[in-house]
Amino acid sequence: MRKYWVLQRKSFSFLIDKKTTVSIIALTLAAVVAMLISIGVGDMYIAPWDVLQALMGTGLDINQLIITEFRLPRVLVAFIAGASLALSGAILQGIIRNPLSSPDMIGITGGAGFAAVAFLTMFSDDSNNLLLSINYLPLFAFGGATLVAFLIYALAWKDGVTPIRLILIGIGLMALLQALTTLMMLIGPIYRASQATIWLTGTVYGTSWKEVKALLPWFIGMLPILVLLVRRLNIQGFGDDLTKGAGISVHRERFLLLMVCTALAGSAVAFAGAMGFVGLIGPHIARRISGSSFGGLLPASALIGGIMVVLADLAGRTLFSPLEVPAGVFTAAIGAPYFIYLLFKNQ
Amino acid sequence: MLYGNKIKAAGLIVGLMVALIIMVLSVVLGYTNTSLKQAIEAYTAFNGSNEHLIIQLSRVPRSLVGMAVGISLGIAGVLMQALTRNPIASPDIFGVNAGAGFFIVFGVTFLGISSIQQFMWIGFLGAAVAAGLAYALGSAGQGGLTPVKLTLAGAVMAALFASLTQGMLVTNEKALDEVLFWLAGSVEGRKLSMLATVLPALVIAWFISLLLSRQLNAFALGEDVAISLGQKTVVFKLAAALMVIILAGGSVAIAGPISFIGIVVPHFARYLVGNDHRWIVPYSAIIGGIMLVMADIGARYIIMPEEAPVGVVTALIGTPFFIYIVRKGIFQK
Repeated sequence: MRKYWVLQRKSFSFLIDKKTTVSIIALTLAAVVAMLISIGVGDMYIAPWDVLQALMGTGLDINQLIITEFRLPRVLVAFIAGASLALSGAILQGIIRNPLSSPDMIGITGGAGFAAVAFLTMFSDDSNNLLLSINYLPLFAFGGATLVAFLIYALAWKDGVTPIRLILIGIGLMALLQALTTLMMLIGPIYRASQATIWLTGTVYGTSWKEVKALLPWFIGMLPILVLLVRRLNIQGFGDDLTKGAGISVHRERFLLLMVCTALAGSAVAFAGAMGFVGLIGPHIARRISGSSFGGLLPASALIGGIMVVLADLAGRTLFSPLEVPAGVFTAAIGAPYFIYLLFKNQ
Repeated sequence: MLYGNKIKAAGLIVGLMVALIIMVLSVVLGYTNTSLKQAIEAYTAFNGSNEHLIIQLSRVPRSLVGMAVGISLGIAGVLMQALTRNPIASPDIFGVNAGAGFFIVFGVTFLGISSIQQFMWIGFLGAAVAAGLAYALGSAGQGGLTPVKLTLAGAVMAALFASLTQGMLVTNEKALDEVLFWLAGSVEGRKLSMLATVLPALVIAWFISLLLSRQLNAFALGEDVAISLGQKTVVFKLAAALMVIILAGGSVAIAGPISFIGIVVPHFARYLVGNDHRWIVPYSAIIGGIMLVMADIGARYIIMPEEAPVGVVTALIGTPFFIYIVRKGIFQK
């Protein structure tokens, strides 16, 4: 029995690793189960079977209302945001060939956070009404993330970009962005400040279909680009020389990947806040499950990131009920120790 | 830059004079401009006027607090950079500030602490825990302590503490109101009595650091060299680490986590006087004080009529230097 299935068309071909395929199917199942549980648990417990019935449209009216109007959009946003962040982290770790990098460590999510807080404080009047539609918030967050990504790359450039310089510059910019974010929060009214704090920690509280509709296109839009770039991401892993040898323009490719990475992280942060450590940890867990070929790594990362945030959100609204703890507190609480473990292992 | 002990000593005296001038400027400049004459009269012929009250209750305290905190952070930065042989070591990058911040917000939220004494002790505790964790993490595993590992470990500790701090603030809006300004780092509204509680510990730490500066020279050559020169490196490292914790923890307790002074100042000092820590330590102290008080003056003008926290200004000034240091490529090994 061969290890791979081969899928070949005119302009592209894929090797599909059987073991990876199996683990991805298993992860998909796990994600579905996590989402079903998360939809069912809350102030009013709904059994998984009833949840399924409600999703099919054949459940009790009251279940139907709670699930489709309140819980489903929240769980979907959690999943997509988590998936986006983990994907973004997997790509970033591929581009800069450093397993310790992630969009939140190097300030990309910090840039999104700063732009969003600036948006909240600068465009609200004295009575706390926003002067611009909240729909523009993601645009700002994305703009902030992009700007910071450019800045890190440009500042780290010195006859090329070494991973360590990239990370250190990112850490420095992150500190600056935190200071600027605090400044913005101080300028605005305290109500906005507390709103911004919740949001900076990362939460999917109070999301509705509006957010799902705004977030989903970003995510889906990136997928075909990723499918096309997967192989080149694999080749980039071998170093700049080999990538050039394979006939790929390193800089154009890296730029494109960085943009995809920024779009994913920026949109996730825009709708679910700056959820820490998902972009760092998701890909690492995925690598253990599916190996390091990006064809399997990317979907596995996305699924694990999604599961992480769905579970963190579930923990946040049940463990300390009636208090709502932002999901980001849990992703950080799980992510930081895991990172520490990686630090020991990766020497 | 400065050669010869006489020139370096003269430089120190010039530095002290600049520090004095900056402190005077800090007393007279701001939203309410006052004059030097009024500042003197506020103490010799107090008449209860607005200007006199502002000078006595606000300007003079913050000028003194700024100087004390700047000196402490400057010295803490030198000690950390020498101790870890890491040019970007500093209390903020290593998560010491974030740790102290987390412990204080925890105290405000769950233990109901409110006095500066309590802030100080719990700040020390937080600084010690964070520094210990970052150091343990950075040096554990194969290969021992390397600058990059330590930096990453510190950055993660900082991220962890920051997330947890935000989590607590989310659940407690009142605490947010109280600690938001403090979290950004500020010397505004600090009373002399607050300084008086922390100052004795800080001053003792300044002098012990000066005494340690000879050993820092040996240690900077490498731990093996220091041992062969007869240094008890374990005792020395513990003493230096304790000083870092007192200086950084005390600073955070009184002024909040002020970033970048600890990184940037030692580089300035080294640029001026070379690699002898007997000079670097006092120079860092004075430069740190001058820089923080200057940043505090600047903070009064950024978002006039409101005041920005001084931590924001130090971050604005410090980031370009930080990037410059990283770009110089000290991490190429």
